[in-house]
Amino acid sequence: MNDLTPTREQRTAALEGMGCKRKRVEDARFTQGKGNYVDDLKLPGMLHGDFVRSPHAHARVKSINSEEALKVPGVLAVITAETLKTVNLAWMPTLAGDVQMVLADGKVLFQNQEVAFVVATDRYAADDGINKVVVEYEPLPVVIDPFKAMDKDAPVLREDLAGKTSGAHGPRKHHNHIFEWTVGDKDLTDAAFRKADVTIKEMISYHRTHPSPLETCQCVCSFDKIRGELSIWGTFQAPHVIRTVVALIAKIPEQKIHVISPDVGGGFGNKVGAYPGYICAAVASIVTGKPVKWVEDRIENLTATSFARDYHMTTEIAATKDGKVTGLRVHVLADHGAFDACADPSKWPAGFFNIVTGSYDFPTAHLSVDGIYTNKAPGGVAYRCSFRVTEAAYCIERGMDILAQKLGMDPAELRLKNFIRKEQFPYHSALGWEYDSGDYHTAMKKMMETVDYAGLRKEQAAQRAAFKRGETREIMGLGVSFFTEIVGAGPSKNCDILGIAMFDSCEIRLHPTGAGIARVGTKSTGQGHETTWAQIIATEIGIPADNIMVEEGNTDTAPYGLGTYGSRSTPVAGAAIAMASRKIKAKAQMIAAYKLEVHEDDLEWDIDGFRVKGLPEKTMSMKDICWAAYNSVPPGMEPGLEAVSYYDPPNMTYPFGAYICVMNIDVDTGVYKIRRFYALDDCGTRINPMIIEGQVHGGLTEAFAIAMGQEIRYDPEGNVVTGSFMDFFMPTAVETPHWETDFTVTPSPHHPIGAKGVGESPNVGGVPAFSNAVNDAFSFLGSTHIQMPHDYWRNWKAAKSLGVFAA
Amino acid sequence: MAKTHVTMKVNGAEVEGLVEPRTLLVHFIRENLLLTGTHIGCETTHCGACTVDLDGMSVKSCTVFAVQAEGSEITTIEGVANADGSLSALQEGFRMMHGLQCGFCTPGMILRAQRLLQENPRPSEEEIRMGISGNICRCTGYQNIVKAIQYAADKINGVEFKEAAE
Repeated sequence: MNDLTPTREQRTAALEGMGCKRKRVEDARFTQGKGNYVDDLKLPGMLHGDFVRSPHAHARVKSINSEEALKVPGVLAVITAETLKTVNLAWMPTLAGDVQMVLADGKVLFQNQEVAFVVATDRYAADDGINKVVVEYEPLPVVIDPFKAMDKDAPVLREDLAGKTSGAHGPRKHHNHIFEWTVGDKDLTDAAFRKADVTIKEMISYHRTHPSPLETCQCVCSFDKIRGELSIWGTFQAPHVIRTVVALIAKIPEQKIHVISPDVGGGFGNKVGAYPGYICAAVASIVTGKPVKWVEDRIENLTATSFARDYHMTTEIAATKDGKVTGLRVHVLADHGAFDACADPSKWPAGFFNIVTGSYDFPTAHLSVDGIYTNKAPGGVAYRCSFRVTEAAYCIERGMDILAQKLGMDPAELRLKNFIRKEQFPYHSALGWEYDSGDYHTAMKKMMETVDYAGLRKEQAAQRAAFKRGETREIMGLGVSFFTEIVGAGPSKNCDILGIAMFDSCEIRLHPTGAGIARVGTKSTGQGHETTWAQIIATEIGIPADNIMVEEGNTDTAPYGLGTYGSRSTPVAGAAIAMASRKIKAKAQMIAAYKLEVHEDDLEWDIDGFRVKGLPEKTMSMKDICWAAYNSVPPGMEPGLEAVSYYDPPNMTYPFGAYICVMNIDVDTGVYKIRRFYALDDCGTRINPMIIEGQVHGGLTEAFAIAMGQEIRYDPEGNVVTGSFMDFFMPTAVETPHWETDFTVTPSPHHPIGAKGVGESPNVGGVPAFSNAVNDAFSFLGSTHIQMPHDYWRNWKAAKSLGVFAA
Repeated sequence: MAKTHVTMKVNGAEVEGLVEPRTLLVHFIRENLLLTGTHIGCETTHCGACTVDLDGMSVKSCTVFAVQAEGSEITTIEGVANADGSLSALQEGFRMMHGLQCGFCTPGMILRAQRLLQENPRPSEEEIRMGISGNICRCTGYQNIVKAIQYAADKINGVEFKEAAE
């Protein structure tokens, strides 16, 4: 060794592998306006399609007259349900086992439902055409309040289901009922409640909201009549699934369908589903023989494509008088809107809501969920969370605070008392999950020490005393939240989408000069996969991350994958990447042994290559092995160095975290101030801390939005009253608090690199932290639970109802 | 619809085109000039993804008609890099500070920040937050965008950038 020989630290650093704050490779194009998003695509002769939408929430469609529209210069076609019926596409299957109208077939069931699709030479002409389509409606009575949907005399919404007493998930109890899903031991749970010293019961609502990525849903469809091939560029979080869905419903052979997700401007769950716009653009392209673009505008996005949440959770906890929980009972009324288009794994009508026992050692629990139809937009996507997990986390984290209040215990102390202990992992929850790993006490205590929790409680006590003395009009709340996520869908034993197991995949091909390409079945919508996937490979096989190109989103080139949502990319595809790397490493070891003239077992891995045990000078780098793979492999071995891995995870991963929000609220105005927000996340092995922190910042900001104001609200007639960014709360840099992040590391025992998901944790843990802060602030005035979202107006109303203006 | 002839200077180059009176500036930029770095996020002037610099002001090009921009000077994200093609201080700051994720708001955010730093070369964190409040980002939570702008301000001012303590 001489001075020029790189040290082991230098060799490790040169790889930019796992654990390194590698700068993103995506940023060169995004900072220079050279991203390639769907709407940037312009094909020769491309047409534009746009929708005529219903102004009514529930109405019979008496007639659609396109005569005048077709006279508008540039308008080429007006597609209606009647047109779609000729190709059997007036309805489409949903991911939840229901069917959904592509275009209004006889009636409309929600405001802004797609009624007709106008195809024109440009987007302005399409808009002119829309204004000339005459639709005659006969308004019908609406169902907006979910609690009235199953009234005996409630209007019948889904006439197409008349006489169907069961659906995809079992029996239906009422004409507006979709499914009932039950989990857990009812008798044991009821017994626990009978025996309990203390019980709480509260109806906790999680309001309807929307993921609303900055880029809306859009696509370009181009049908080549001669080849019989359909190309679709779209904002898809799961391009392979879209390809299979198109093959199944349009009856085009799957190899002739090319689905491409180019750069996607945020997803957050909004871009998982299949929407009428995609079907109509594809049909329009087949009809006209030209490429057709469909780009949703913001109002359409907020009002028609896939809302999130809308869960009304009656929550009951049983406990001993000293604060040990003994049972959990939850009933959910789930408002699914007009069609059950929930984006969940097929067998899970309420997603993984049965994670609702949270981080606590409940000996027994029972859950039932009733899904119902209303005159609202269909959807029910996981907005930056695993399937219905943020609803579950909110339910239990509010519930624990309410229980603490009833017991007169500190909410943090109650949590510490009931946490699943470190030695209990792998832990089997009362509602059927096997938690892989956790160290909740350490995380919680680190949070409490870092923020001086005891000091904050003292300050709060002083503030409350001052308030009572009339010296201040501000109240102070501490919002504690300790969440357990369940991410990485999922094991084929319990997770599929339309029958396809939820594995994920990676193909790595190394080139002679020590570089390579990795193709992965996921699709980044901002998470930076081109950066982080290469880091996993760098550490696994010793090729610098800069020498690995990562490609996703093209179904012709990428191996089949189930896409990016539910924080599944790292738990599933991340594992496939590691496993493909290890296959390569195994072959590389054989090549190295042959070249170094030793037995394979005499070699050991050393950062970026192999060395002979006991002879550290005798080495062969991966770079040299790549070259050898193409010219001098051992006799009988195939040349080349590539591998494919399809990874079926043995279990989900269970990231967790301890969050706290410190908030002051002015009771006279309802104006709140977030004084401090601290988020400790444990996502197991950390691949790129810079990106993790970025994900946490973003998820917390979305949690802040949801908890403090972001809502899709309907008036009693079914009009959406929050249909633009004017009314739908989108925090700017001014409202958004400063975020403090922290971490512990408890690796997943079953994941090849020990990693868990993280992108959605901050939304899951963040919402209860904000809401608990508001509720904690008001609790000393006698309030038990105030429904979200906690905007200034509702805070003011809460203060008023608690009589703080009486004096 | 009858078309009108417009001329303007975009990223230093004289451009012209025929547009309908109702054609939005953002559509003229994206579809006539094929400068697709300027994005559309809301059509109601809230999100700022379409922000460009027009005669020394940040404007949301989804709410300006192309005909209103007749004779004006416009900078889009494609005209932001240094003359030698290297990244501008802001572009570099966004990369260094992880000030972007999906990249959709980034062009508008950088254009707005560039004008902000011309108006106020040494902004405080509060002034930066207020200064970019017309631009929505759904991914980053703004914290790293603020740092990116501080990084760029320091670089332009020749000051060593010190990342704010967490």
